[in-house]
Amino acid sequence: MMEIRSPLEPQAIEKLSAGDQVSITGVLYTARDAAHKRLIEALERGEELPFDIRGQTLYYMGPSPAKPGQVIGAAGPTTSGRMDVYSPRLIAAGLKGMIGKGARSPEVKEAIKKHKAIYFAAIGGAGALIARAIKKAELVAYEELGAEAILRLEVENFPAIVVNDAHGGDLYEEGKARYRI
Amino acid sequence: MREIDSGKITETVARLCQEANFVLGEDVLDALKKARDAEESPLARQVLDQLLENAGIAGDERIPICQDCGTAVVFLEVGQDVHIVGGDLYGAVEEGVRQGYGQGYLRKSIVSQPFSARVNTRDNTPAVIHAEIVKGDRLQITVMPKGGGSENMSRLAVLKPAEGRQGVIDFVVKAVDDAGSNPCPPVIVGVGIGGTADKAMILAKKALLRRVGEPNPEPEVAQLEREILERVNSLGIGPEGFGGRTTALAVNIEVFPTHIASLPVAVNLQCYAARHKTAAL
Repeated sequence: MMEIRSPLEPQAIEKLSAGDQVSITGVLYTARDAAHKRLIEALERGEELPFDIRGQTLYYMGPSPAKPGQVIGAAGPTTSGRMDVYSPRLIAAGLKGMIGKGARSPEVKEAIKKHKAIYFAAIGGAGALIARAIKKAELVAYEELGAEAILRLEVENFPAIVVNDAHGGDLYEEGKARYRI
Repeated sequence: MREIDSGKITETVARLCQEANFVLGEDVLDALKKARDAEESPLARQVLDQLLENAGIAGDERIPICQDCGTAVVFLEVGQDVHIVGGDLYGAVEEGVRQGYGQGYLRKSIVSQPFSARVNTRDNTPAVIHAEIVKGDRLQITVMPKGGGSENMSRLAVLKPAEGRQGVIDFVVKAVDDAGSNPCPPVIVGVGIGGTADKAMILAKKALLRRVGEPNPEPEVAQLEREILERVNSLGIGPEGFGGRTTALAVNIEVFPTHIASLPVAVNLQCYAARHKTAAL
């Protein structure tokens, strides 16, 4: 288990390889497809984004509502493929980390290599367990999107695994090839 | 004729929405434990342990197993000797979904205007309701919260009859292979064979309600289930797609007669969190 901090330092990204298990401490921003669409529209209009995306990590997640006394409800990853159409643009704008589940498109993998970014998977369907790593959640933008609003999360020891590293490694392809009969 | 109060229906649906989202069935838990013990991949064993730990936390603390609390798919078996009083049946079900998702702090994931504005309805209604008239004077209600990640991997084909059994196997295995890590494997593979396109799809969904580990009572169909499960678990996808032997916990197939020209096959995948709860009034 490697301990890393977010926002991500280029040296930390450089050292990570597909299959590495990591424990992330620091800041993550949530965004699903509806929020991605708005971020891209803002970029196209030449507007500033609601937060400085450079070096940051996006977590593809829309939580269930927090019960009284909870920081957040269940908070596991959603399918990353729906963000593929938007991600290369955000990576070019300085986004470094992405956390979700499921395979990425060739375009996203190329952008990851080109801009030295990284894609992690969190355990899909483990929303109750993952919520324990989230210590603070505050609204940043697009409240009207409900569960799809952008939140700023402070996390401690958030468990994830490297899927696509900056050197072209791909855990989904390697893992499947190893166990395919 | 037996009377059932619509308020009772609302109350039951609200309770089932929450129970289904908090408590994973014993059959699924058993299958996950067996898979963990049999897995060759250390990472896969670790993932299965985390899924089991997650289920424990959700049940104990009554929080959702998964933040995607799903589309509320509601199956109703309405006895023909039942008379609903105090309000209409579908209205009572919708109100139950509204209350259940509100009271349980469940995520509201339904948007209207699906191809344009996509506006959240804020209470997870409307539900997708499938009602059937059956014999007797009881009303059986099943709530199945169905997550988007697995539902998005649904597939339908109308094969040529000449493609036959092998055509069915290849189509189902390809659907699971193409879905890869997206539907949160290990999945349960619901398959509907026969009928019309719509009938095959509802059979595939209903197949997901059968207990994990319980084969189709028809030996020929049970044999097909075993064969497809073996093929699927040879794909190597494994838990969460990280590689391993457990890509599916079960393949459940339902069959219906079909037209002389047709061989419809529908696949409806269910994530490992196979959530559904049933009550009878």
